[in-house]
Amino acid sequence: MKRSTRQKVIRYSLYGVLVLVVAIFAIFADWERIGRSFFNVEIAVDMFPEVLTVAARNTITYTALAFIFGLVLALVLALMKLSSIKAYRWLAIVYIELFRGLPALVTIIFVAFAIPIAFPGVSIPGGALGQGTIGLGIVAAAYMSETIRAGIEAVPRGQMEAARSLGMSWGKAMTYIILPQAFRIIIPPLTNELVLLIKDTSLFFVLGTTPATKELTKFGRDLMNSKFNGTPLIVIALVYLAITLPLTYLVARLEKRTAAAR
Amino acid sequence: MSIQRDETAPPIQIRDLHKYFGELEVLRGIDFEVKHGEVVCLIGPSGSGKSTLLRCVNKLEEPTAGKVLIEGIDITDPETDVDAVRTRIGMVFQQFNLFPHLTVLRNLRIAQRRVLGRDTAEATRVAEEMLARVGLSEKIDEHPSRLSGGQQQRVAIARALCMNPDMMLFDEPTSALDPELIGEVLDVMRELAEAGMTMVVVTHEMTFALQVADRVIFMDGGVIVEEGPPEQLLRNPTHERTQRFLRAIEIE
Ligand SMILES: Nc1ncnc2c1ncn2[C@@H]1O[C@H](COP(=O)(O)OP(=O)(O)OP(=O)(O)O)[C@@H](O)[C@H]1O
Ligand SMILES: [Mg+2]
Repeated sequence: MKRSTRQKVIRYSLYGVLVLVVAIFAIFADWERIGRSFFNVEIAVDMFPEVLTVAARNTITYTALAFIFGLVLALVLALMKLSSIKAYRWLAIVYIELFRGLPALVTIIFVAFAIPIAFPGVSIPGGALGQGTIGLGIVAAAYMSETIRAGIEAVPRGQMEAARSLGMSWGKAMTYIILPQAFRIIIPPLTNELVLLIKDTSLFFVLGTTPATKELTKFGRDLMNSKFNGTPLIVIALVYLAITLPLTYLVARLEKRTAAAR
Repeated sequence: MSIQRDETAPPIQIRDLHKYFGELEVLRGIDFEVKHGEVVCLIGPSGSGKSTLLRCVNKLEEPTAGKVLIEGIDITDPETDVDAVRTRIGMVFQQFNLFPHLTVLRNLRIAQRRVLGRDTAEATRVAEEMLARVGLSEKIDEHPSRLSGGQQQRVAIARALCMNPDMMLFDEPTSALDPELIGEVLDVMRELAEAGMTMVVVTHEMTFALQVADRVIFMDGGVIVEEGPPEQLLRNPTHERTQRFLRAIEIE
């Protein structure tokens, strides 16, 4: 057999296998049942508008709060890790390794439940969800601080020296010269962190919620249980994708632009 | 921010300066003084400690021992506000180190605004004046990446001048430039010298040293081997090491 003929045969056989698998699935699957349990239009329509006005809105709110809180904390940690004071460096390292090493769920449960148990008087606004958001922010900070530190270190040393030689204090040089350049470098990876964070808010399904504070996963899961049907999960999956896919696409574009600017 | 300045004190006085990097002693007892309006060129082989000496003058490097006095103020004294002293010293780097995220105007304005507290109008006026001085008025709104190396270095000089420094330090300001761009930067420096600026210049440009310097210092192995008027030091050096160095760069 000629080389080109052989490659053609392999190619067509691969298509053949695919067609066969799809055909077997199509013939033997219980389409009526699948449609009823996952694509029940009535249940899906019934979820609107709450799935957007309540659940998606809560998911976005929790993500935004955790991201902002995490970002501020991450910046402090990154600066601590770059500090000339050894104790600060060590504190930052311990923090980062601790919270990257633990499952996010453990941290969230710890902040939301263990701390209120230990200190009954202490109340963080937002109840369990406010605490969950803080817990998630604490975890996010551990990851983002490494991203920020890498961004700061990617700014050439001469930038800090030029700024200092003009009489700027270390803080002013950081604020006006180093961080603006660092953040340009790290916008794509930070957007990636944001996508991860959106998905991680699904961990809040373990927190006690009222109908008004449910995020997407909890909302879908509760409906699934009450209607005894899988459709709500399909709907919230689509809502998640509607949020995360544009962001992922944006990251890809930003990365291409940063690569081009180099 | 105000600092007590002694107008009669020399701009730079260095006494028995030592600098270690770990075990390595890079400066091994430097005594060095620069007078008002004087132009001093520092020459010497690679690794002799020229950059380190220059960077000790504005404390980008921390001296290990010895004293550095700027206009009579001891900057090795931990009580001294080094940031304030640094505003009196302009520094120009081999790699220009312009701020790439800012336009030329903002490069020239940022320290005026954030360090000297000048308002935007005043800072803009000074920036325009200094940019005209280096002949780059038309580049005011460009980003540094759109300028040639020579233009970037002239902007860097203008940026330092915007702080109205009493003295300027140059660390091989033309070493990163293509040969055809060196002249425009040296011209700006020559004009600065003629205007009476106190300058310390680390350079390999022997013609510049010969024409512009009041004094040339030859360093080797972390010590000042020999110093004197340019004609004498560059044409009739007394030390064997100086002779060897000058012969070596002549052959290049
Ligand atoms: N940050 C540093 N850490 C460790 N060693 C250093 C550091 N900076 C400089 N050195 C060392 O100190 C010595 C003197 O360096 P310096 O840069 O002052 O020399 P130079 O005379 O400016 O040389 P060149 O002409 O190559 O610029 C060199 O051996 C160099 O390797
Ligand atoms: Mg050097």
